[in-house]
Amino acid sequence: MYNFTFHRPTTVRQAAGLLARNPDGKLLAGGHSLLPVMKQRLAQPSAIVDLSLVEGITGVELKGRSVSIGAMTRHADVANSPVLKEVMPGLAAVPGSIGDPQVRNRGTIGGSIANNDPNADYPAACLGLGATIITNKRRIAADDFFQGMFTTALEEGEIIVRISFPVAKKAAYEKFKHPASGFALVGVFVSKRGPDIRVAVTGAGANGVFRVPTFEEALKKRFAAKSIEGLTIPASGMNADIHASPEYRAHLVGVLAKRALNKANA
Amino acid sequence: MSATGIGAPVRRKEDFRFITGQGQYTDDVTRPGETRAVFVRSPHAHAKIKSIDVAAAKAMPGVIDVLTGAQLATDKIGNLICGWMIHSKDGTPMKMSAHPALAATKVNCVGDAVAVVIAESVALGKDAAEAVVVDYEVLPAVVDPAKAQASGAPQIHADIADNTIYQWHLGEKKDVDAAFAAAKHVTKLDIINNRLVPNAMEPRAALADYDAGTDNLTLWNTSQNPHVARLVISAFVGMAPEHKLRVIAPDVGGGFGSKIFIYPEEVVCLWASRKVKRPVKWTSDRSEAFLTDAHGRDHVTHAELALDANGKILALRAKTIANLGAYMSTFSSSVPTYLYATLLSGQYNIPSIYCEVDAVYTNTAPVDAYRGAGRPEATFVVERLVEVAAREMQIDPADLRRRNFITAFPHQTPVIMAYDGGDYNASLKKAMDMADVKGFPKRKRDAARNGKLRGLGYSTYIEACGIAPSQAVGSLGAGVGLWESAEVRVNPTGSVEVLTGSHAHGQGHETTFAQLVSERLGIPIENVSIVHGDTDKVQFGMGTYGSRSGAVGMSAIVKALDKIEIKAKKVAAFMMEAAEGDIEFKDGKFTVAGTDKSAAFGDVALNAYIAHKFTGAELEPGLKETSFYDPTNFTFPAGCHICEIEIDTETGKTEIINWTAVDDFGTIINPMIVEGQVHGGIAQGVGQALMEGAYYDAAGQLVTGSMMDYSMPRAHDFPSFHVGMTETKSPSNPLGMKGCGEAGAIASPAAVINAITDAIGTEAIAMPATANAVWTALQKLQAPKAA
Repeated sequence: MYNFTFHRPTTVRQAAGLLARNPDGKLLAGGHSLLPVMKQRLAQPSAIVDLSLVEGITGVELKGRSVSIGAMTRHADVANSPVLKEVMPGLAAVPGSIGDPQVRNRGTIGGSIANNDPNADYPAACLGLGATIITNKRRIAADDFFQGMFTTALEEGEIIVRISFPVAKKAAYEKFKHPASGFALVGVFVSKRGPDIRVAVTGAGANGVFRVPTFEEALKKRFAAKSIEGLTIPASGMNADIHASPEYRAHLVGVLAKRALNKANA
Repeated sequence: MSATGIGAPVRRKEDFRFITGQGQYTDDVTRPGETRAVFVRSPHAHAKIKSIDVAAAKAMPGVIDVLTGAQLATDKIGNLICGWMIHSKDGTPMKMSAHPALAATKVNCVGDAVAVVIAESVALGKDAAEAVVVDYEVLPAVVDPAKAQASGAPQIHADIADNTIYQWHLGEKKDVDAAFAAAKHVTKLDIINNRLVPNAMEPRAALADYDAGTDNLTLWNTSQNPHVARLVISAFVGMAPEHKLRVIAPDVGGGFGSKIFIYPEEVVCLWASRKVKRPVKWTSDRSEAFLTDAHGRDHVTHAELALDANGKILALRAKTIANLGAYMSTFSSSVPTYLYATLLSGQYNIPSIYCEVDAVYTNTAPVDAYRGAGRPEATFVVERLVEVAAREMQIDPADLRRRNFITAFPHQTPVIMAYDGGDYNASLKKAMDMADVKGFPKRKRDAARNGKLRGLGYSTYIEACGIAPSQAVGSLGAGVGLWESAEVRVNPTGSVEVLTGSHAHGQGHETTFAQLVSERLGIPIENVSIVHGDTDKVQFGMGTYGSRSGAVGMSAIVKALDKIEIKAKKVAAFMMEAAEGDIEFKDGKFTVAGTDKSAAFGDVALNAYIAHKFTGAELEPGLKETSFYDPTNFTFPAGCHICEIEIDTETGKTEIINWTAVDDFGTIINPMIVEGQVHGGIAQGVGQALMEGAYYDAAGQLVTGSMMDYSMPRAHDFPSFHVGMTETKSPSNPLGMKGCGEAGAIASPAAVINAITDAIGTEAIAMPATANAVWTALQKLQAPKAA
């Protein structure tokens, strides 16, 4: 690890100021992606702005028809949130599937979303529920936020503060774990909120999280596994590596979508 | 059986310090003025070194020195060697390339060390290592053993044609060919035994300390055999005379074979410590471990089995290409030869066997012994062939095995080994009962109703343990003898220290060895200490690998204890004024036959040292005895593992539903520790079968270079194992022990693949049988046959 200056602001405004003064600085939210690459000397931030003491950006709250989750809320706290388990257990299950207890007690939702790892779980939940990502500057719809592998709509100096998830009557996540990393080899989030039907896929796409319009269209008739029976997505555009072929990933998208639908309807 | 004696499930004495974080591993040892070594490693799999410029690095803060391979050569530090000579079919000796601890002119795998920075801290050392400028001329690489011998393949070592180390064979080809010609049925298989990364929990480490006042060198390192390390580093590398080099292997956190070998890093730390006159420490990080620990397996094999109409095996033949990587590691040559082909008879009476093995260099990390070492590869070949033959001939696989089991002992196989005992029908029957094989068809139907494919696979394995006797291994090319030593020191108060040449790195010797002493001398287990892993304390020893610590190491303790008893009886005779022949020893008490006279073990020990009851002319004072034990044969643990799996046809994911292991390890000292060894072995074998695989890309980059990509099994990947035992005593050592450390890893891969292929109905699946691989195999079956 190279040397860096370490900052621990207590407000979002301070954190933004520190970022502005340190163009090569990085925000530290949970550290599970950033710290390993720093240890391997693959990243050399001049400054680390640790968000762990920033006030007002943790916790899970029900606000009307939405659940608002602070960006620095740990995975374990989202997974165990009584209010979330009550109104939308399908979303609570997402952080419950991340890593191991050590990871879940350190990693945060904001960190995961800002990083937009193509195999991360939260991006599927955000896109699959049509969440709104709230930053210190603006509100960004999930459909606009995720822009490909490790790429988001976040601008320089922009900090995620909260994520607002509309409460869907039916929502579920189904994940096929990568045997080594525990990330999603493929993960599918499905939801139905009135006429709004969403199917979002992580892990599979060569360009990160994506929606499956053909599935969504078919599900408009009836939000059930049967509706997408026989539908497939093309292998082109799927990720290829030693762990899974594009064909297998494309196949898993269909399998997991059906399982998620069954779970959502259960 | 006493509560702490042989056969008691005594809790491990060593675990208190391990689970409370008080173990002393090499990295925990610190010396005043300690420096840190950081290696500059090749990012290329194959390249010429045009130049190395260390000037900028040397000028960096905290840098004491930067050393290169050229200086190593100037200082006449010798190459690393492979200590087991193999001769090719044509009688020529194996072709061992030079393996300098720091590459000077050419690198042959990613991670090859080209320079070392000696710095005040790891961080400063890493900064400087980045400033070392190495000008490489990159060459094409070859990583696939099946392609290494092809004409036009990159030539790795200039003096070694076709990257071929040896072309070895064993058995009578003529007899085998005749048997195949007469066979009613021939089963053929192409097998890849996948390459594995050992991944011990504690990474390798070395701390070298040169004492300029005495010219002595001390090395703390993560070794399974510190005496062998000292011998090789003295006699071959030429670092220091043996009596001026002390090697200490303190607590070691797992080895699985990978810590048997002598590696460049410990040699460089010793050399550097002498040069900079300060202690030098190196601790591998996990990334370095993936790149530089000797890997395991990596065989490409074509195997055939000939049978008569009744399913009686007539002959077996196999042709294997073994990948030994960029350099020959310490015992690499023996693994795909005498530890492999000699086990191709399995548990079966096979009249003739012929095996050819080509060992090749590739631009990958060196490959050497890894838990089982050659025997898992052999078992996989035999047990897959037998299972597939049974399916092809529509004979029940258990029945086909029974028809061919060896039932009379001793049994001379056509491939060197003389099996000395066993009961293969007993372990098969017990395993089938425990696994409820009778109920399997119903379970299979029930699973099918849930859209799952169920399969059941057997592995009736045998292995050769102990890796001894010396004369036998010497005749096969071993550069060392493979006995073991023990010294039993009885203190005046009757407590006992046992110095053993075996080395514990997870096996629990401090408990099991003490159980033996407790039972034999009738003293509490708390009064026994086991000392190992220090060449200044233990005079010599061969170390721990090949499941040999029980069968060989404990036998040496038995022999030393025999001598202790003889000497103690002499002392007791003087104490009780009786004839030596009248002294009896039982339950920690010496008695005079036919009298009520008795003396406790502790009193006799005290009298041995105060020497008030005898003169020096009559008896030497003291109570300490040594034994070097060389067994009469290998031991042959064997058993039957049955794996039952279920496959999710939609995802291809395999779930292990039930695992039954019935093993014959001979005498068992501590059943709890033995069960733990079986569990760990199965986990490693299942890891190989379902998850693990080290992959290099065509350029020679290790794709699976971290835990993010290399799939290690976790606890949740397994059911609770059902472990049972049968027992036939080994006639080849005084305790009747056979060894248990490797059995699980040897037996299990074949059981898993036999179960998967049973479930999916095709033999075309390679290890690791990942969900993707199984799904692909199922897709191929379902695809309409091309017209």
